[in-house]
Amino acid sequence: MTDLATSPARGQSQSVRILLRWSLYIALGFFVMIYLLPLFVMITTSLKSLEEIRTGDLVALPREVTIDAWLTAWSGACTGIKCEGVRPYFWNSVLIAVPAVAISTLVGAINGYVVAQWRFRGANVIFALMLFGCFIPFQVVLLPMARVLGIIGIAGTIQGLIFVHVVYGIGFTTLFFRNYYVTIPVELTKAAKVDGAGFFRIFWSIFLPLSLPIIVVTVIWQFTQIWNDFLFGVSFSQAGTQPVTVALNNIVNSTTGVKEYNVDMAAAIIAALPTLLVYVVAGKYFIRGLTAGSVKG
Amino acid sequence: MAPILEIQNLYKNYGSLEILKDINVSIDSGDFLVLVGPSGCGKSTLLNCIAGLEPISGGRLSIGGQDMTNVSPKDRNIAMVFQSYALYPTMSVAKNITFGMKVRGVDQSTQETKLAQVAQQLQIEPLLGRRPGQLSGGQRQRVAMGRALVRDPMLFLFDEPLSNLDAKLRVEMRTEIKALHQNLGASMVYVTHDQIEAMTLATKIVVMKGGEIQQIGTSSEIYNRPANLFVADFMGSPAMNLIPARTQSNDDGTHIEILRKDGEPIVLTDQVNRGLPSDVILGVRPEDIADPKMRGGGNVQAADCIVDIVEPTGADTYVVMQLGGKSVTARLHSETTAQPGKTQRLAFDLGKVSYFAPDTGLRLN
Repeated sequence: MTDLATSPARGQSQSVRILLRWSLYIALGFFVMIYLLPLFVMITTSLKSLEEIRTGDLVALPREVTIDAWLTAWSGACTGIKCEGVRPYFWNSVLIAVPAVAISTLVGAINGYVVAQWRFRGANVIFALMLFGCFIPFQVVLLPMARVLGIIGIAGTIQGLIFVHVVYGIGFTTLFFRNYYVTIPVELTKAAKVDGAGFFRIFWSIFLPLSLPIIVVTVIWQFTQIWNDFLFGVSFSQAGTQPVTVALNNIVNSTTGVKEYNVDMAAAIIAALPTLLVYVVAGKYFIRGLTAGSVKG
Repeated sequence: MAPILEIQNLYKNYGSLEILKDINVSIDSGDFLVLVGPSGCGKSTLLNCIAGLEPISGGRLSIGGQDMTNVSPKDRNIAMVFQSYALYPTMSVAKNITFGMKVRGVDQSTQETKLAQVAQQLQIEPLLGRRPGQLSGGQRQRVAMGRALVRDPMLFLFDEPLSNLDAKLRVEMRTEIKALHQNLGASMVYVTHDQIEAMTLATKIVVMKGGEIQQIGTSSEIYNRPANLFVADFMGSPAMNLIPARTQSNDDGTHIEILRKDGEPIVLTDQVNRGLPSDVILGVRPEDIADPKMRGGGNVQAADCIVDIVEPTGADTYVVMQLGGKSVTARLHSETTAQPGKTQRLAFDLGKVSYFAPDTGLRLN
């Protein structure tokens, strides 16, 4: 009886639900389009000839696809007086980012391990101070850092930029690893101590093998920060050691006469490609690593 | 021979907070020492101090006759099993067990021989290739034991190793640990909050409360002659009945007067214990209040009591009544005729009772 009475109502609510679901998809699709539009314009513009850009529509697909702009951007575009494209600067960025990411991640892991697992008097104060380092604006450290680099004798070099990024990154990497290692029971360290293992042995044999998710998170975070950095790059580099972000700025701002939008777009995409790639390859682990500490059962 | 473990005047403070106060314990080779007490009594801290994982604030500690007060855990010749097992999650069972030997640079062939021996002893051979995450609770427990056994230490330390297991498995593992202790003849220190675990395993029990030792003794000493009201109440299930009573010395012995809710007070005569103060707490185990037909002897006296509740448990039937303003439990045979609301004649075995001072809580007899 009740079944008969309720079944039409249920049928109705079913169709309402489908309608709502579809309007949700349409709304989401709309926002996705808005979000992707800049990327779409960049890619299509970079594949157009200058002639077509001048005459055509901004959002139209290219009538004739050409990769000339990409080739120019990579190895021919002028940054000030030199005209060798973003290529040398791209390698500068690699030379800066890879060691800086590796060193800051390793130091962060050791710091986090100490703060989380080897409780000592003042551990919390030291951790709080490190956290504070995360919130210091870049601009504040520019002058003191320039002075320090000068004293050490690595001003204007790749090593200098690596140093700056490592120092600035330690706060974040320590925070990541500390929060991850806090969830690991202290008994594990105790058991290893009774087994006879020392400080570094416990770190290498027990903690580091456990750390893949948080290493991925830290590497993505640090790589994105360091690769995308402009302020340190422009402040602490000189001709020949500039990272790709600075070169990109120079390409866009130093052209005289006609603005080569297609070359600018291609150069911008090249400069952004590594971080994009890191997210695509490791994004899955990124989400997993971020939530690993919070939902551990 | 020197005691395996000797703790003298040990203190442990966290800042101004005293966690352990003047601990003195020593055990001989082959002893099974159980530290028992409610949570927060300092028993786990004491174990960590013995292991060297927590520095001590005062006193000294020696293992195997050697002073270990300031020696690091790895050099104390101990092995420890933790409550959470603390297995290394990324290593296989075999690697977990051999990790300690690897760290100490024991050669490969010795490692393999010892691993095989321990795996066989604990019947975990099929598990050696697995990761801890792929094991059940009981299996993890065995692996943790294996990691301790393979060390062949002078002293084993157990920190509530069974409390993460379900009830049935806990009883099984308890028996197994007891068998292991007997077969190895090893010296062990074992922490638990479960008084039954303490009673069944220990050759020596230390009852702790608030960072202080309440009593040290064998299971039967602790059970039959508790040193104070806390120990009397904590050890034993159901707990010892603690009944306020008044006493009066007479020629035939000490008259013990217990008030009842309605009717005349019960008067029992203890012919052995004399010179008690006028106010006492009478401690009687439930099994020492029995059916008069079942219990006879010199110091057994019967009295009529009104039964409030009857609780059959199968083997025994517990009978609850009100005496001296307290609920008092008697442990009767399952065929008892006791009925709620009716009067039942019960025998009090005064040969086994304890007397405590109401103000200090200390034992009087």
